[in-house]
Amino acid sequence: MPLHAYLALAGLVFAVGLFGVLTRRNAIGILLGIELMLNAVNINLVAFSRFRGDLTGIVFALFTIAITVAEVAVGLAIVIMIFRVRRTVEADHLDLLRG
Amino acid sequence: MTGEAVGFWGVAVVLLAASLGVVLTRNLFHAVLYLAAALVATGVVFLLLDSPFLFAVQLLLYAGGVVTIVVFAIMLTERLVGQTLTQTNRHIVNGAIVSAAVFVAIAGFLMQARGASAPPPTANDALAALGRALLGPFALAFLLLAILLVTALIGALYFARADD
Repeated sequence: MPLHAYLALAGLVFAVGLFGVLTRRNAIGILLGIELMLNAVNINLVAFSRFRGDLTGIVFALFTIAITVAEVAVGLAIVIMIFRVRRTVEADHLDLLRG
Repeated sequence: MTGEAVGFWGVAVVLLAASLGVVLTRNLFHAVLYLAAALVATGVVFLLLDSPFLFAVQLLLYAGGVVTIVVFAIMLTERLVGQTLTQTNRHIVNGAIVSAAVFVAIAGFLMQARGASAPPPTANDALAALGRALLGPFALAFLLLAILLVTALIGALYFARADD
């Protein structure tokens, strides 16, 4: 398959994830959309790495995966803490800072 | 069609269907299961790109770790039975327009750009080269990543600790 096929697939997955981030009400649902977008980026990195014959892309993808795990852990801990305080994980209800 | 093309189209269909399931299903728990399917499909894409090591990392960290953490968080914040698990989307039309616009922009760049039609042959010791790269030119970033992971996990523990 040509490089464009992988990039187009990654772009589609990125757009679907963006749709989830924009439309989900639940904070965990938004995090799931972000996961999809990060995955699409990883596909791009690995595809470029393979087609250029350069390992740097794979190293970058490894770093992205590890950082994503950290991001999910901290993000979900924040969601759990918000749930304890406000008893909701609906992003629309979390408007304490609204002026 | 070659075997790689058949595999690519099959995995592309699975990946897109699972991604749509993640953002469209009303049951949050089902969304996580769709996410697990999407993550495994992404791992298969890595396999098609001759990166079996990344496939293993993807299965272990994403499909194993992230999905488990998310399921755990859902169990803590929602009741697994009952109406609270359902979730709805808002601003569906606006979100769809913005997402489609982003994809059209990406596709526009893709149409203009030249890309290789076939990958170069793989090296025999790609995995050994990856290990040398991680502990050679990228050693500092690698160690910082370890510190970041430990810090993030301790921070998550601190946030989610029981009240005392």
